[in-house]
Amino acid sequence: MTPAFSDQTFGAFVDQIPASDEFLTLNFSPVSIPRKRRWNHYGLSADFLGDYFAAFFPGDAVPDSKINRKDSVKATVSYIANELLENAVKYSDETTALPISITLHLYEQELIFQVTNYVSSVTAERYQKFIQELLDTDLDELYTRQLEKTALGTGESNMGLLTMMNDYSARFGWRFQPLNTQAGLVRVNVMAYLDV
Amino acid sequence: MELKTSDYSIWHDPASSTVFFRGFLRLDGMEEYKPLMELLLDAVDQSPHFNLNLRELEFLNSSGISMLSMFVVKVRDRGNVQLVLQGSDKILWQTRSLKNLQRLMPSLKLEFV
Repeated sequence: MTPAFSDQTFGAFVDQIPASDEFLTLNFSPVSIPRKRRWNHYGLSADFLGDYFAAFFPGDAVPDSKINRKDSVKATVSYIANELLENAVKYSDETTALPISITLHLYEQELIFQVTNYVSSVTAERYQKFIQELLDTDLDELYTRQLEKTALGTGESNMGLLTMMNDYSARFGWRFQPLNTQAGLVRVNVMAYLDV
Repeated sequence: MELKTSDYSIWHDPASSTVFFRGFLRLDGMEEYKPLMELLLDAVDQSPHFNLNLRELEFLNSSGISMLSMFVVKVRDRGNVQLVLQGSDKILWQTRSLKNLQRLMPSLKLEFV
């Protein structure tokens, strides 16, 4: 018998995030249309989130950059939302009839992404193992190691998570909650923080 | 040789030993990037000086970044190819992620405009 999966948090996870003036949630219903067709929808949604939140920012110059603030926010939100959604889709348990959800909160100095999806406990354990490695290792070192590993085509890349952290300075928190209603299924809640 | 959809186009210009990437690339995993990789490797076979022009590639997901790193390592391991990545400093992902490829191949040249 496999041991029961326990409720666990990692990194900068908080249960209650501060109330935000602006937020937007998108829920993706667990539909039967082929993943190939759905895949385009996630990209479109990520771009939409980028456009939507960029509209709150002025187009003033950013030091040492040819890209202004509005366009930086747009490109960053679009990249992060896309990677978070791709991960949620890749690892979701396809048999569950539970939705994937993404919420983006806007604060004065910060954006917070929240993504929930449902995975098998086997997938959750593998994910937790990588998170533990991520938290225990120097990011720069792990990034180079994974890049080389990916380049050689050995094993899972996890480059989505690593590029968000290394290239966009996103900070992460995770919660894994076993579902009482469906054995072997775990609700994964990912939070990503981004300074703006 | 060209790969083209409504989202992106990729083509090889043998005269300038350059492969051009244009548009938005968010393919579903490394498997879907295989044809692009084949185009790149085929093009690099034809010249010891090779340019990859990404200046009009507005979006690349992390699987695409993985594909680029795989390509860079393959070129590095051949030992006789001069690789230049041509990027744009007006496209955010390029300013954030391209320099990391030099970790895999220090002789890789990055040319931003």
